[in-house]
Amino acid sequence: MQPEQKTDSVMQRASEKEPTPEMIRDQELFREVGLSLEEFKMITHYLGRLPNWTELGIYSVMWSEHCSYKNSKPLLKRFPVDGPRVVQGPGEGAGALDIGDGQAVVFKIESHNHPSAVEPFQGAATGVGGIIRDVFSMGARPVALLNSLRFGQLHHPRVRYLFEQAVAGIAHYGNVIGIPTVGGEVEFDASYDGNPLVNAMCVGVLPQEELQKGVARGKGNPVIYVGASTGRDGIHGATFASEELGEDAEEKRPSVQVGDPFMEKLLLEACMELVKKNILIGIQDMGAAGLTSSSTEMAAKGESGMELDLDQVPQRETGMTPYEIMLSESQERMLLVVEDGREGEVQQVLDKWGLQSAVVGRVTADGRYRIRHRGNIVADIPVNTLVDDAPVQYRSGVEPAYYRENADVQPEKSLSQVDPVDALKRVLASPNVASKEWVYRQYDHMVRTSTAVRPGSDAAVVVLDGLDKALAMSTDGNSRYVYLDPREGGAVAVAEAARNVVCSGAQPLGITDCLNFGSPEKLEVFWQLEQAVDGMSEACRRLETPVVGGNVSLYNESKGTIHPSPIVGMVGLVENRRHITTQSFKRDGDRLFLLGETKAELGGSELQSVIEGKVAGRPPRVDLEVEAKLHQGILAAIRKGWVSSAHDCSNGGVAVTLAESTFGEGLGAEVDVTSPWDPIVFLFSESQSRAVLSIPPQHGDAFRQLLEEMGVPCAEIGRVTGDRLTVRVNGQQVIDTPVQDLRSIWEGAIPCEMNRSSTN
Amino acid sequence: MRFAVPVFPGSNCDQDCAKAVREVLERPADLVWYTEDSLDNYDAIILPGGFSYGDYLRTGALARFSPVMEAVAEAAEKGKLVLGICNGFQVLLEAGLLPGAMRVNDHLQFRCSIQTLQVENNSLPFTACYKQGEIIRLPIAHGEGNYYCDDQTLQELEDRGQIAFRYHGENPNGSVAGIAGIVNRRGNVLGLMPHPERAIHDWMGSRDGARLFRSMLQYWEGMYGAA
Repeated sequence: MQPEQKTDSVMQRASEKEPTPEMIRDQELFREVGLSLEEFKMITHYLGRLPNWTELGIYSVMWSEHCSYKNSKPLLKRFPVDGPRVVQGPGEGAGALDIGDGQAVVFKIESHNHPSAVEPFQGAATGVGGIIRDVFSMGARPVALLNSLRFGQLHHPRVRYLFEQAVAGIAHYGNVIGIPTVGGEVEFDASYDGNPLVNAMCVGVLPQEELQKGVARGKGNPVIYVGASTGRDGIHGATFASEELGEDAEEKRPSVQVGDPFMEKLLLEACMELVKKNILIGIQDMGAAGLTSSSTEMAAKGESGMELDLDQVPQRETGMTPYEIMLSESQERMLLVVEDGREGEVQQVLDKWGLQSAVVGRVTADGRYRIRHRGNIVADIPVNTLVDDAPVQYRSGVEPAYYRENADVQPEKSLSQVDPVDALKRVLASPNVASKEWVYRQYDHMVRTSTAVRPGSDAAVVVLDGLDKALAMSTDGNSRYVYLDPREGGAVAVAEAARNVVCSGAQPLGITDCLNFGSPEKLEVFWQLEQAVDGMSEACRRLETPVVGGNVSLYNESKGTIHPSPIVGMVGLVENRRHITTQSFKRDGDRLFLLGETKAELGGSELQSVIEGKVAGRPPRVDLEVEAKLHQGILAAIRKGWVSSAHDCSNGGVAVTLAESTFGEGLGAEVDVTSPWDPIVFLFSESQSRAVLSIPPQHGDAFRQLLEEMGVPCAEIGRVTGDRLTVRVNGQQVIDTPVQDLRSIWEGAIPCEMNRSSTN
Repeated sequence: MRFAVPVFPGSNCDQDCAKAVREVLERPADLVWYTEDSLDNYDAIILPGGFSYGDYLRTGALARFSPVMEAVAEAAEKGKLVLGICNGFQVLLEAGLLPGAMRVNDHLQFRCSIQTLQVENNSLPFTACYKQGEIIRLPIAHGEGNYYCDDQTLQELEDRGQIAFRYHGENPNGSVAGIAGIVNRRGNVLGLMPHPERAIHDWMGSRDGARLFRSMLQYWEGMYGAA
């Protein structure tokens, strides 16, 4: 075929319903699908002619922020991505780290914020489904799910609806597919009133030789479509996710996909069988931008081309146009490339699991991405222009006024007169601190019978079959800190996630991150993004936890901009199951030690939020050298078998750390400290790099000596005893309250809020 | 003693059940695909938890038509031990191997927690290693565990000692008379919502489930010798 002829048939394809290439140009219809004039000109240049409607759609999703990271790419390059354990860094479905014994841990976090804002149940559910596919498309068996959620204030009925439905959606998908949801975190803040955040993380394990890649190689090899048939759901989901949530967000409801976890369970098991049979050349899930992104990315990574015949794509609706088929985000679909002639072997496995499949195309060698529909070529695009040559926006940020104004705020002064007991009760009742059992009891966190530390402790721990090792995992991010100082807050997110993993007895290995921010087109938002990435990068370098994958969610704006919310998903390795440690006090008489240094740091604290209703000042600072020493000290003590419990200090300071440690077993504590600070500051300051450990009496002295030798500030502050929490600061009794009273406040807070709209 | 664990599309506790048998009893347990129509080679059957057929239509309603369910009914008829856990219990109800039906939890939410139970009858093949009236802790994880039967059936269950386990303290789903698990008249088919296979080591939070499997082995060895 001559090039001119191809072009002609492409041009002819424009159906009566669809705009012609000339209309797209003259009426600037490219703007409707989120492309700028400049980008439209680039497309015309790459094609050497005007694009038709289908081609325009393909470019628009591939060049959306969601798929191309066009706004964040220059920043993402700042993350450290290498390390001795890195088996797979960013760029594939998920990252992978070596955990010894020939095994690797595969994990990734991803956002589903926009869909969850309009249709919370399906939005959240399909977020979980998508991240699970990312992990098993690497060949890994998913072993755990986590999440990180942000909602507005619970007194709004709409917020309660979003919270209730998003949690139910997450629960539904994970429970049905049978992967335990072992951990997560939830924060509430007015900035999320109209724009909740739903980030889902999946962790899998595999023998390293079974690691798969999303590539299409070998001219003539078949491209096989597996799973659910293609419908009109989710068309332009990726573009939707790359815009602000406007007044018309409700109209975007058709952009939200509908999930079927049963189908995904079948798909998961079938793909695991195919991996074990070692017949796959490439495998990738059809996530955001569906068939388009999976097929073009596979072709680009394989440095090949691809030809697809849309008439072969299983469809659940009649009369779908090429545009609709290419851009559908119907769930539970995978794309496979296998060696020519082995289709039968694949078919056998898929038949067993009752899955439909079809050979929808062939790998080519000419670098073109060619789509046929009813005998016509409806798109013909150089593959690399969709993936590698996607436009990059080099933006710069400006320090916002609020950051300068906050330099003079001194919350320590205004808060010092608050009554400590009243403050503790109010902080424990804050939904940010309160027990999240209402959430996690809806998640099956025990299926697969590997969960050694269930939700509610610092990090979840999942044991590995046939090995003495275990994986610890945690999601973290304090959006208030990031708002007040994105650089510091970004570093704290990494440090705290690592600290949580350490307190569970694990060596932190690496992170996946989800950057949830407002519009990068706003100078102040871009400043937040840039600063946060720098802070995170610095912490990842010092704590030797490379970034092996992640996701960016920008344009989180509805009535205003959300707090900048980078979320860190950390995975750590427990070398020996005996090292698994939890936060609850275990034995009456154990000695209590506070590690780290307490400073007057109440900016962005929970106390400031509940007492003064504001987020102001400078957040706690983290010294990464000090943080690293703390981790080494805690791990050394745990490995010696000296630690009964370990709990890091975060939201709500030492007061909340102590209270939460009493709740598990109902064991109280007597604490008596001398401090350079007022009781309120000592109790509620959120200084970083601190943890409270309980140590059996006979090991206390050796413990203190070890920690001092390792350069970790270590103060003995009391002992575990009785059923009351009593605290004396500088000789003054400031708290003396039954554990049960505190626990019922902490346990009851969220159920009470939610009772307004639910029966339980 | 050889165990079969039938696997339906959507089962997700099949591996856990087989693992529990191997770890607690050191006896073989095979996963058996739902299309098998004979279980003659097995001495006991465990119908696992999960969401067979996605729980579409009703929980367990589609799985009961699987070929393997005829073999399960046959095994029950022969007096072999049949244990249905969670979705397995729901399948047994739909198949008519146990009386009653399952409804959505009264609070309408899925519930996963470690629950306190009372052993109501320790003279069953599944409960002999427990003390009568003993309080044990087993995990639950279900959205539809709200067991229902009519008054007459309930009376019969009570009178014949067919209630094996009852929730102690909080009833997590609203089930009739706090029922957590029941057996058939003959006592060789047990269905229960809690997951004994998730409570066989201390690190799991409880190991009270291990004795349920031990009871099964003890019963079988009593019948057929320690072969």
